Amino acid sequence: MKTKEAIYAYCLRIADNNMVLAQRLAEWCSRGPILEEDLALTNISLDLLGQAENFYGYAAAIKGNGVQADDLAFLRTEREYYNNLLVEQPNGDFAFTMMKQLLYAAFAKLLYEGLSTSNDASFQSLATKGLKEIKYHLRHSADWIVRFGNGTEESASRAQFALNELWPYTDDLFEMNAVDAELIGAGISLNLMDMQAHWKQLITEIVADANLHIPETVNSIKGGCNGIHSEHLGHLLCEMQYLQRVHPGASW
Amino acid sequence: MEQNNQLAQWEVFVQEKSGKPYEHAGSIHASDKKMALQNARDIYTRRNEGRSLWVVPTDFIAATDRDDEAEFFDPAEDKTYRTPNFYKMPKGSTNI
Repeated sequence: MKTKEAIYAYCLRIADNNMVLAQRLAEWCSRGPILEEDLALTNISLDLLGQAENFYGYAAAIKGNGVQADDLAFLRTEREYYNNLLVEQPNGDFAFTMMKQLLYAAFAKLLYEGLSTSNDASFQSLATKGLKEIKYHLRHSADWIVRFGNGTEESASRAQFALNELWPYTDDLFEMNAVDAELIGAGISLNLMDMQAHWKQLITEIVADANLHIPETVNSIKGGCNGIHSEHLGHLLCEMQYLQRVHPGASW
Repeated sequence: MEQNNQLAQWEVFVQEKSGKPYEHAGSIHASDKKMALQNARDIYTRRNEGRSLWVVPTDFIAATDRDDEAEFFDPAEDKTYRTPNFYKMPKGSTNI
């Protein structure tokens, strides 16, 4: 695999994660538990959408041939999406959404920190820019999880349920393929296996603060970086891409 | 009436730049200081409006009563000598 091709695929992987999670958070619009949280969730969604746009933009520039960021976001099918399985999971209740946010934000923070010293100047600048936002997302979700864990019996049990349900999807965050092999060799991306230990430590600390516990044995469910998804992504893309597919080239 | 499940009310004060006064931006709901600061940040400072935030539980603010408006504020109205209306403005200054 050529480096350029690999950078393109890696951009899509990051952009797809941001795009899909942004879409999930947008589903909370007007449904937040309190007004302030409604705004926080949709603001985080907009942050992620902006980051997706940046990475799609870079991918489009590499691709050339007049391909635009919008084409990449709205005209690829499920099997051409490389986001992780975690982010496409349905929202569930508020605790479930927050747990998903926490698991992903901790991952994204470490990923961006790593990419901020990448040999690729665009990755370096996009990651540095995104890091500020992601750090806030991590703080926001970690705070809620600690509150749930130390709140009422019900809030703690809902948070624990979310952790149990989402944990099988977390190994998928650290899956690698030929794209990674190429980019790690060139000093452009980082070895996700090394990152996994840091991620687990970070999550373990937050979960401990919340008096929750990480499930012991799980069946890992993987496939995101190779375009293999759970049944939920297709539905999500259907809704997200509807307008662009019904009115091709629509702009505003 | 529906039960209020929106948490306690806090007043938010935003400082635009260091050295400037903290100005009241509005109110938010939160269960404690930490959440109040985050909610204030999300609602009032996401577009570079400020560099620093204060949050104060609304209950802790003593406020004048609308009914007392007359005795509190009106007496100043007919005392124009209290305001510097009769000075000549130095050239070039917009206010003194």
